Amino acid sequence: MAETALHLVPNNKYDFNKKLRESDIDLPPLSIDTLQVNVTLNCNQACLHCHVDASPKRTEQMSRETIDKCLEILSDNPQIKTLDITGGAPELNPHFNYFVIETRKLGKHVTVRHNLTVTIDGDPVTGESKIYLPKFYAENEVEVISSLPYYQEYFTDKQRGKRVFQKSIDSLRMLNKVGYGIEHGKLILDLVYNPVGAFLPASQVSLEKDFKKELWKNFQIRFNNLYTITNMPIHRFKEQLERQGTYEDYMDKLINAFNPAAAEGVMCRSLLSVSYDGKIYDCDFNQMLETQVFNGKPMTVFNFDFQKLIEREITFDTHCFGCTAGAGSSCGGAISE
Amino acid sequence: MNYYESKDLNRFAEVGKFKPELMNKFFDYYGEATNTDGALSKREKALIALAISHFKQCPYCIDAYTTASLEAGANPDQMTEAIHVAASMAAGMTLVHGVQMLNNLEKRGA
Repeated sequence: MAETALHLVPNNKYDFNKKLRESDIDLPPLSIDTLQVNVTLNCNQACLHCHVDASPKRTEQMSRETIDKCLEILSDNPQIKTLDITGGAPELNPHFNYFVIETRKLGKHVTVRHNLTVTIDGDPVTGESKIYLPKFYAENEVEVISSLPYYQEYFTDKQRGKRVFQKSIDSLRMLNKVGYGIEHGKLILDLVYNPVGAFLPASQVSLEKDFKKELWKNFQIRFNNLYTITNMPIHRFKEQLERQGTYEDYMDKLINAFNPAAAEGVMCRSLLSVSYDGKIYDCDFNQMLETQVFNGKPMTVFNFDFQKLIEREITFDTHCFGCTAGAGSSCGGAISE
Repeated sequence: MNYYESKDLNRFAEVGKFKPELMNKFFDYYGEATNTDGALSKREKALIALAISHFKQCPYCIDAYTTASLEAGANPDQMTEAIHVAASMAAGMTLVHGVQMLNNLEKRGA
């Protein structure tokens, strides 16, 4: 009985808002530079750390109508400079190419969270080939941002599945071949490192140096920037921590590493996140936890209001400690290094 | 209750409950020596500490420096090589005492 009642007591042990108050930090939105749009939860991979819980079994797709609405928002709001397309594997949305081409016509910068292996694997449901992707990206001058947890096979395959490392290397070679990754070049290829387990990322600067040296030495692969990202203690990664009995240790680690400078630079202050069904969130993680902006009166791309959004109060929760630990973490890597 | 409880590592600072000035000096020195990039990188220092943790068989240190090595960007190959350095040094230290044995054998005409 007492055990049951315990579930009714709010758990304030990991109270992010309290931490902000204690540190005298206020984090209102600064701008809306980037519209980050999740176009599908379908993916050819099912990675251990994936906070989106994406996999080949997921069928959620953004419709053409919702994509057109996003295009309208991009067109009507010059303050939004970048479209950041994510998923799942975003290329598995049937309207993906259209979305990229039309956004580029608006003169906006497009970044795609590209998992590399989809180029080799193709669509896991229809079997459609995606081998055209490197050329398509180059033609549209898309900035490609790709996960590669480590410059060796062991960590990469452990986190992302068997043979992922080799397929990623093949895909990176294809991107290099069409001109990606050249220093000061026009075609930008960024890699994303995230720890394979319950630990914080190493210094972004030092890891980038290692990745560049090792990938060039062993595979003659080049890229532009490495972003280090902390694993968020939600969904699949949280379940993994709980199975290992390390969730509390991981949360304590994040809280002990709270960095006010990283908090000031959190990505939700300059970005909006849109789900496949058009709902608007402060960030990708709030999206996955279904914590919409304007609690109680949610906003979607169909009633988008820039002014209201820039004046909104960002919703923070326990997982936000993941973005503020150590050098910080954002979709653009470390915040305060 | 065991002699070693992994959670006790978090209580390390409590050793400064008495004579805190001595513990503070230690922590300053320890942090400067192990957790900064200097002539050696933080990663190199973490790997040295990991090797010593095994050599001295300190369970707290093995936990701490496994994580510290990972958080400094090291990989399992590098970490394993580090503990082989410790293990081979330990073996060497045992074996080099064989010279003492040889000296004694000689003294005794054996």
